[in-house]
Parts: sequence; structure tokens; C-alpha cells
Amino acid sequence: MTLPRHGRLWLLAALTAALLPQLLRLPPWFIPYCVALLGWRLAIDLRDWPLPPRWLRVLLTLVGIGGVLAGYRTLFGADAGLALLTVMLGLKLLELRSLRDAMVVIFMGYFVVAGGFLVDQSIYVGVYLLVNVLLLTAALIALSHPAGPQHPFYLRRAGLLLLQALPITVLLFVLFPRLSEPLWGVPKTSSSASTGISDHMTLNNISELVDSEEVAFRVRFDGPVPPASQLYWRGPVLWVTDGRRWDPVSRDLPPRWQMLPGRYDSLDDPVRYALTLEAHNAHWIFPLDLPASVPNGMALTADFQLLSKRKVIARQRYELASHTRYVTGPLADEMYRLGLRLPTAANPRTRALAAQWAHLPAQAIVDSAINHFRDQPFWYSRRPPPLGDHPVDDFLFTTRRGFCEHYAAAFVTLMRAAGVPARVVTGYQGGEVNPVSDYLIVRQSDAHAWAEVWLDSDGWVRVDPTAAIPPHRVEATTDAQRFRSTDAATLNIDLDWAQRALAELRYRWDAVNDAWNQWILGYNHQRQKELLEQLGLLRFGWQGVIALLAGAIAAVLGAVTIYLLLRMRGRHDALVRIYQRYCDKLARIGLRRAPHEGPRDFARRVAAQRPDLADSSDEIITLYIDLRYGKGDAATSLPLLRAAVSRFHPGVRRASD
Amino acid sequence: MHTLLNQVITQAGSIILGKEHPIRLAVACLLARGHLLIEDLPGVGKTTLAHVLASTLGLRFNRIQFTSDLLPADILGVAVYERESGEFRFHPGPIFAQLILADEVNRATPKTQSALLEAMEEHQVTSEGETRPLPDPFFVIATQNPANQIGTFPLPESQLDRFLMRIELGYPDAQAERALLAGRDRRDMLTELRPVMTPEQLVQAQAQVRAITVSPALLDYVQALLEYSRHSPHFLTGLSPRAGLALLAGARAWAMLHGRDYVVPEDVQAVLPHVVGHRLQQVQAEGARGNAAVAAWFDEVAVP
Repeated sequence: MTLPRHGRLWLLAALTAALLPQLLRLPPWFIPYCVALLGWRLAIDLRDWPLPPRWLRVLLTLVGIGGVLAGYRTLFGADAGLALLTVMLGLKLLELRSLRDAMVVIFMGYFVVAGGFLVDQSIYVGVYLLVNVLLLTAALIALSHPAGPQHPFYLRRAGLLLLQALPITVLLFVLFPRLSEPLWGVPKTSSSASTGISDHMTLNNISELVDSEEVAFRVRFDGPVPPASQLYWRGPVLWVTDGRRWDPVSRDLPPRWQMLPGRYDSLDDPVRYALTLEAHNAHWIFPLDLPASVPNGMALTADFQLLSKRKVIARQRYELASHTRYVTGPLADEMYRLGLRLPTAANPRTRALAAQWAHLPAQAIVDSAINHFRDQPFWYSRRPPPLGDHPVDDFLFTTRRGFCEHYAAAFVTLMRAAGVPARVVTGYQGGEVNPVSDYLIVRQSDAHAWAEVWLDSDGWVRVDPTAAIPPHRVEATTDAQRFRSTDAATLNIDLDWAQRALAELRYRWDAVNDAWNQWILGYNHQRQKELLEQLGLLRFGWQGVIALLAGAIAAVLGAVTIYLLLRMRGRHDALVRIYQRYCDKLARIGLRRAPHEGPRDFARRVAAQRPDLADSSDEIITLYIDLRYGKGDAATSLPLLRAAVSRFHPGVRRASD
Repeated sequence: MHTLLNQVITQAGSIILGKEHPIRLAVACLLARGHLLIEDLPGVGKTTLAHVLASTLGLRFNRIQFTSDLLPADILGVAVYERESGEFRFHPGPIFAQLILADEVNRATPKTQSALLEAMEEHQVTSEGETRPLPDPFFVIATQNPANQIGTFPLPESQLDRFLMRIELGYPDAQAERALLAGRDRRDMLTELRPVMTPEQLVQAQAQVRAITVSPALLDYVQALLEYSRHSPHFLTGLSPRAGLALLAGARAWAMLHGRDYVVPEDVQAVLPHVVGHRLQQVQAEGARGNAAVAAWFDEVAVP
């Protein structure tokens, strides 16, 4: 059967839409290749070009496979697999002859569309996927509907089909068992995010992160949001310095203590929250100081970094708990020594300043340093002047301008020089509450660095030297996010309504994104288990859930079938049933009425084949036709017909034959 | 009335041998107040059929031979200036008759074709600003030759829709042909024909056809057929509502010819090929064509 042209054009359009996102992801030289394939197909459909000869198709196939191999060095994996599928789909278009070919192409199209979701799971991709499925389904309808192009009809019908599939889709989504660990690892793809906090800190570098409004993670608290002064999200902890650069304890040569999980005594009830972390291609989860529990697949280091065993290469949702008030346990000797280590040659003036405080108790040393920052003319600046060979000296005594990293580094250097163990902690601070849906958005611009000092009485204590700078010494920059959020109430008055509307819109859109993350992407094994437990469905185990799923789908399909049957049956009144009985009786002796055969024609055939039945059959047919097509009176004739059909026994031949 | 009609058919059948079925269809078409298109090769008796019907029913008969230089006025009539009275007088054209044979209608230009087809549809002629009704009954038999399409203007689908039925006569079978060859000259026989019915009786019969009962079950069937034609993958476009009315009218006339005052599905099936054959175009370019091939698809529709 030849394919109607409008069907082929629909197929081409739907397929182009499905391949478009793949094309943008492929190596650039694929674009002319695939555009050429699609273009040739268009010429075939519009200009009646011939299909390419076999040798050319073989050549094109080899070029395509060679290209994938050259680009990815393999034919397997998500990226290379999708590329190969794209190439093959384009090639298949050039040998599209029968309806079967078109069906193959459409089903491959569905596969490519779903494959795109493996790479990117944002809400845009989700919407685009739905549009693609609609287009492909419409193309399927157009192909099997050869009479005349009726484009709105195809789209309407496709939409209707998708809507009808919705209940089963929802059932499968909710009930189909999700695995706690994927059966096969989703292969790493090239588009993994690489933004995020870095694992070291260098003074004099301007961080690229500070200006980024990108979301780092979103947090939904079980209870009220804790006060802003407690919202310190803990990331890498930096110990080792050469005076300029700060690094964590080297992971290549792990000291024994690093393997020990951190311990502390909590002083309050844990704060529970769900943290949805964007991909940042590193191991840190950013829990609220300090994490109370270690979920599966994570580890807690001795300095309370919560690390995922796998790099976070896709958006992930974690259920976490934290204590905001705590006393950490005793300090191991190695840690104590590491907390005091400074390079001997660097920053002599800083050491001299700290030496003046060395005789004081530890708490007094901390206060002295904070007072120093507050009383001397230190400014907060996002764009500080450059620093020389002794960066901390330059910052403390010359420039006196810097941002959180400068203050944290200078403070820790002072503490160590004065004999108080200290370390730098990086991460995020604060975040803005989305008023639409009441959760916290933490952006890259909320990145922060602060210090921790060791006090004999309390253990590790957080000190944020940046907070010592009074607000009037903050250089006006639009990026001073932290200060803006504290003064949000006063600033809001100055915003005109357009800006407020924009902010409102941004909050709403972020809330939509958050819902998508929470309910669609974040619906994992754990959440499914919780939901099913709440519904009491897990009482019978996962087998029970599968049985329930199968049963529910059977019930939906069964209900539809019964509805359709009933609707058909409703049209069949008593008269039709009696006639049907007559036809059934004849069917049993091999005289089957063709569906299009009228009653008179059928009766004539019956009479010709079985002359002995002619009279009784004619009587029935005459009554039936009179009732159904003529002006017969049902009250009198229907009982006659019923009796005649009851008497009718075609299986029994009369003795006279 | 039923016997009278059967006499008409018998008498026509005595001249055109072996063609009872096409004659019945033609009479049914006439009873349904529709017009007839006969598509067949020359010499199979198209003209004779028209003559026989006219004579048997006592209708005033005109024949118009369509040619490429035929003008609308040649059919409808023309106003001519008369010197004695000093004014224009309308000379009615050949269309002012009760039975018209439009021979080889596809040879005329579209303008002339549409003049005829409009008159057929409206049952009146408007010329020089004056509207003149056509006689009643008014029945057009148009013929066209499927071969020799050079220099013709095939009727567009919208015009074809105005013919209630399209029939084919075909060659006679061996027995009928033998009788024809051995028998008398048909032209002589034509002159001897006596009318069986009067035009008034025909109009009466046409009125009776419209009163024939159509049950809801049968309407279901007709609707199913129309619905099928519109969603079937075998046709480019579906049947129009006018085609549905034509199907029902034809089935009623067929029922009356068979002495019934109600329509059964077999009546619909009998006229179906001739009512839908010229209204539907099959998708498939190759394969069987013609009324029977088109109608065969409708076997997919079950009788409810």
C-alpha cells in the first residue's frame, strides 16, 4: 500500500521535531549530514525525487557509523547510542516505501524522544517531549487515514488518544516499582553540569560564582524555616594553606582520622528537611550545620563534610536532618596540629599582630580578632584590589577591602598564629524563601566562606568574621546578596511595581520547577515506598503492588470494554435479539449471514440451500421486515415472531425430505 | 400503480432486449424525480431507451445533441425581435419538454453544460430577466461516452452530483443479441408504441414514492453507509448529504417498483452502486473501476 503524501509530510515534520534536540547535541558535522537526509526526504515528498539508489544508501550508512565512531570512539552508551539512532532514523527515511517502514520510523521516533529525557530532565524538555509525542501520534493517524489531509482532525484525535492513555500512564508512574539502585548505571553524559563550589580557595582570585543567579539547591523544611543566622550550608572544609591558597586535607594521602566519621553531641531536636541539589559534578551535599544522620550512599568525614559516594551529576533529592546546636567531641592530636599549621615564611605582620594576643584565653583571642575587623576601617567589597606576596598581610594592613574569603582566610591565619586551632569552611549561607510555595532557594550567589575555631569548652565553634563588618561599610554592589536579603523589607519599598511583579513571576516559575523536581523527578524508590505505605498498599509487599498494578490496568481496560459493549447492546432491542437468534440458529448449520446481507437476501439464500426451511424462514423474515422496516405493530407481531423463531429448528430435517 | 409501472418496464423491455435491470433503474430514477446519466459506448441503445420511455409514458420528448459549439441559448431559448408586434418574443429552446435526451453531454463547453445542469436543478429557466418554469414531470437523460475523451469537457464532480444515478447499459447477452438480430427493425417498433401511463399518473406515482415508509433502522443503515464513505481509507472524499438524500429517494422508488410501501436494506443496496458510483473517487489508482467496484467496498458496512 502506498503512503499518502500528507501522511509522509506529517511523518517528516514530527520526526524533524523529534530529532532537533538530538542534532543540537551531536558533533557539529552531523548537522549538515542529517539536514541533507531530511532535505532529500522533503524533496522526495514535494518534488517527487526518486529514492536514492542502494549503493548510495550503503555509502551514507557507512559514513554515518564511521562518524559516530570517530566522534565517540564507541557505538554504545547514551550519547553514542542516541547519535547512532539519530543517524539510522535519518537513513531509514530514504527507504520509506510501505506503511510498515513508516511504522518502524514512528516507533523509533518515540524511542528517540524518550531517549532525550535520559540526557536532560528539565521541565522544558518534558513539555517538548509531550509535544513530540503528540506530533508523532498525529503522524501515525495521518498515515493510516489516506483520505484527504485533515490536519486539525489528526491533532485532535492524537490529543484525544493521549488523554485516554493518561489514566494508565498515571497508574504506571505511581505504582510501577522503582528500583532503589538502577539496574544499569545511566552512563555519564557530556552535558553534566560543572558549576558549583570549588574544592579550594585562592585569595586574589575573583570567584566566578559570586555573580551567578543560578540555583544551587532548594530546601523544603518540615517545620518552620530556621532563622537566617543559622542557615549555614556546609561544603568543603579547608585546612592546608601555603599562605595564599587553601586546600582540604589531601584525599590522595588520607590520614587515619579522615576515615573516622565525625561525632558530636546535639543540644536540640533535629531540623528535618528535603534538599534538592542541582548537578554540580562533585561529591558534596550541602547540609545545614551539622548533619544529624548519614543517608545511604553517603559518608560523613571527621570535619563533618557530607559526601555522596557518587558524584552528583544529575539533580538529586535528599531527605536530611541537622542539629543547629551542638558540642563536638574531643580533638585528635593530628587534627589539633593540622589546625595550627601555618607556613613559616608567609605573612609576618599578621603573625606579629597575633602574637600580641597569644597570652589571652581562646575566647578572648576570637573576640579580639572580631573587634579588630569591626573597629579598624575594613570594608566589604566584591571587587577588592589585588594582593601582593603576603596576601593576608596586605589585606589586614594595606587594602582592608575584601569579601568573605578574605575575612575567613585572614581570621583563620590570625587564630592559628595566636595558638587557637582553626579552619575555613566553605558552602552557602542564607537563601531566599519563595513566598509562593514556602521553600528556600539557595543560589550560587549565596556562596560563602566562614571560619571554625576550636575552644576547649565547646569544641568547634563557627565564627563568621564577614558578619563583623557593619552595614555602612559594605560597598554598594547589586551582588551583595546577603546584605540585601537581611534588608529586604526596607529595600522592597524602593522597588517599583514592575520589579516586584518580575520577582513574583520568578518565584512562581521557580515554584513550578520545584514541584516538577519534587513530584516528577524526585519520585524515587524512597518516596514511592512512603506513599505506598501511607496508602497501606505495601502490606502485601512489592509483589502485591505489581499484582495491584496489573489488576488496576485490567480494571481500566475492562471498564472501557464493558462500557463500549453496553453502548452497543443498548441499541439492540428485543426485535434485533430475536432476529439474531434466528441467524444464530442458521449459523449453527453453516448458513452464516454476511454482515452486509439484508434479511430478504439472506432468506432467499436460506430457501435456495434448504428448500425445507423456506416456508418457516419466510414467515420469520416477513414478520421481521414488517416490524423493523415496515409499519408492523410490535404488540401483535412481536410475539408471533418470537414464537416462530422458537419453533424454528433448522438442525432437524423433516421426515418428508 | 405498481402493475402499471411494471407494464412500462415490460413494454420497454420488449424493445431493448435483455436490459431489464437498467430499465428498472431508469424508471426508478424517474420516479425519484432525479436525472439519469448513462455512460456507455455508442450503439448499445442509450437513445432508444430514452425514446422508449418517452413513448411509453406519453411524455413530450426532445433530443439535444451536444457539440463543442453549442451555446446556452441553443438549449434554453432566445428572445427574437418581431417586426409585426415591434417587440421581443421568447422562443423556448428544446429544454422545454418533459423528457430531454442530452446526448454526449461532455462534448459541450462547461458554460453550456452548466446551463443545462442549472435548469435540471432548479426546474426553471431564467432568460432575459424572466423566469419560466419547466414542465412537470421533467426528466433529463444525459449520455456520455467513456472512450474518445479527446476534445471533451468531462463533467466536474460537483455537476456529476446533480445526477441521481449513473448507469451503464453494456452489451446484450448472446440470447438477447440473437433475438435482436433476428427481430424487426426497432425504429418501426418505436413508432407503434402506445403510452401505458399518462404524465399525470407519473406525477401521482412520484408523489407516492415520497410517501413510502422509511424506518429508523433503515435510516441507521443509510447513515452508516454515509459515515463509512467519509471515514473509509478507500475514497478520497465522502458522500455529500445530497448523495444521502439521493440514496434514500432511489431506494424508495425501488421499493415502490417492487410493490412495497416500505424500504428494506436490499432496496438501498440495489440502487447504491448507481447512486454512489459517480460521486466517489477511489484512492487506489490501479484496480477495478466503475460502479460495481465502488459499491463493493460498502460490503464492509453491516446491516444494523
